[in-house]
Amino acid sequence: MTALSLKGLNKSFGKVQVLKDINLDVDDGEFVVFVGPSGCGKSTLLRVIAGLEEASSGDVLIGAENVNATPPSKRGIAMVFQSYALYPHLNVRNNMTLALKQEKQTKAVIEQRVAKATQMLDLQDYLERFPSELSGGQRQRVAIGRAIVREPKLFLFDEPLSNLDAALRMNTRVEIANLHRALDASMIYVTHDQTEAMTLADKIVVLNEGRVEQVGSPMQLYNNPSNRFVAGFIGAPSMNFLPADLIHKGDTRTLGIRPEDLFLSDDGVLSATALHVEALGADTNIIAQLGEHQITIRLFGQHSVADGESLKIGFTDEKSFYFDSNGSRVH
Amino acid sequence: MRTARTHFPSAVAMHGALLLYMLIALFPIFVILINSFKKRKSIFREPLALPNSDSFSLIGYKTVMEQGDFFLYFQNSMIVTVVSLFFILLFGAMAAYALSEYRFRGNLLMGLYLALGIMIPIRIGTVAILEMMVATGLVNTLWALILVYIAQGLPLAVFILSEFMRQVSDDLKNAGRMDGLSEYQIFFRLVLPLVRPAMATVAVFNMIPIWNDLWFPLILAPGEEVKTLTLGSQVFIGQYVTNWNAVLSALSMAVIPVLILYVIFSRQLIRGITSGAVK
Ligand SMILES: Nc1ncnc2c1ncn2[C@@H]1O[C@H](COP(=O)(O)OP(=O)(O)OP(=O)(O)O)[C@@H](O)[C@H]1O
Ligand SMILES: [Mg+2]
Repeated sequence: MTALSLKGLNKSFGKVQVLKDINLDVDDGEFVVFVGPSGCGKSTLLRVIAGLEEASSGDVLIGAENVNATPPSKRGIAMVFQSYALYPHLNVRNNMTLALKQEKQTKAVIEQRVAKATQMLDLQDYLERFPSELSGGQRQRVAIGRAIVREPKLFLFDEPLSNLDAALRMNTRVEIANLHRALDASMIYVTHDQTEAMTLADKIVVLNEGRVEQVGSPMQLYNNPSNRFVAGFIGAPSMNFLPADLIHKGDTRTLGIRPEDLFLSDDGVLSATALHVEALGADTNIIAQLGEHQITIRLFGQHSVADGESLKIGFTDEKSFYFDSNGSRVH
Repeated sequence: MRTARTHFPSAVAMHGALLLYMLIALFPIFVILINSFKKRKSIFREPLALPNSDSFSLIGYKTVMEQGDFFLYFQNSMIVTVVSLFFILLFGAMAAYALSEYRFRGNLLMGLYLALGIMIPIRIGTVAILEMMVATGLVNTLWALILVYIAQGLPLAVFILSEFMRQVSDDLKNAGRMDGLSEYQIFFRLVLPLVRPAMATVAVFNMIPIWNDLWFPLILAPGEEVKTLTLGSQVFIGQYVTNWNAVLSALSMAVIPVLILYVIFSRQLIRGITSGAVK
């Protein structure tokens, strides 16, 4: 069954159209990630789904019911904000129970749900603390806890990890994945970090300038991007784009090759000069100058390449993509 | 480690400066207080001396209690100040919230219009106000004063509070909406507690001028029943003779309620500053 469907959503602020004809289905229990560059309308889309912002046209259906006119609190969804948005004047317990009290749940139910959520998130020791007395990671967990206690059918996360440091981000990412397994609710997760998108998602929705560029599983998007934007956005370091003219004279298309699909070889068709070498231990990134273009080559293992060294670079045909001048994939 | 806190000379200098400032600020009050307990002659002979067995006298306080209706005046002042403050804060905060939170046509103009009163002293309109009060039959009632003081306090209140309310994050208000709070509940339960320091600032700024005002009580409510403390104390200041004992005693007693209110509000102020509540 579909937990959420969006039908022809448009949203404008004054003259600026921020969302353009969004159509999307989210299945029950699915983990959907919205990715896209900053300002592409991810947060706006999330706020429209939550009912915090009204769409200019189009329908939002939650569990087959049209909720265009339903207030946020009655939509059966919970949201975790980028800034956490904990109530600074309430302690952790009251932060988590406010929504339940508004719903007029009984004391016993509230107690039981808080107990369950705090146990899941390891927050037992912090219930009486105020948000200002918590670390960033703990605040993050409280924000998630506040969403969990409502037992929603659909969770919305707006870049929940962007304020955490790298190590904590990785832990929390795993925690969110576990949570998804334990709760079996649908989740929509916004990020512009494509590692988060690849590792968490059942389904990724790539947004650009308010439009859905492509929807698919992480591997579908990686292996089979439908246009140049998706190809460049998914995968890190991002795909190299070169004029196909370099290979076949007179070809007007653009050739795309992922850094990890390039290799050094004496009979390589591309010749370039190494500009900068990033040795990461497990792999080595070489940034090289090829005519007027810069390309990135990702080699597995450790390689000693000196700056300024001449390189012969090869690639295989099945690992290359071609795009026409509009950015659509043609091969 | 040499931090500001452990740096001894600078700490001494800082505390010294603050102490000095405190002494300067408290000195006039101190002089009023000690002289209110002295005989008339000693007030003029040695204004800075503490009262001793020779000069001690409660004559000032006795005069104040006996002459005029001191407690009634006191009560009037208290009612006018507290009720005015309450409505200034309530209406000011509500207007500020509407201006800062909702996008509507004429929002900016409305904000400017409401802030205009900061620059135009309300006393310019005294004659018109008096005519209006006469027409509505409010002359010689406390409501006349309360209404005028609300009008006088609102512009600055709206201006200061709307600045603070803009700083309350949208996410926080949206979190409230997700949790099922109504717009009114968001205002009263989320926004107001967060701008409490600003509310305290507005209250302090408004309280003292209202409490001390002589102009409007004299014009709008000079009747015996509705006299405020400041107006009531004027009976002791004559054109030829001034009863200094009584004036000083009345002043000493008039300071107390302001002091109490100030302590209440300033605690809010400090709490707001130290917890960084608006975030
Ligand atoms: N209230 C508003 N009024 C006018 N324009 C807005 C408003 N909110 C957002 N926008 C515009 O809509 C666009 C999309 O904003 P949105 O916050 O959805 O981006 P985002 O994809 O979440 O970006 P980020 O990754 O930086 O969070 C931006 O160009 C922004 O300027
Ligand atoms: Mg955003």
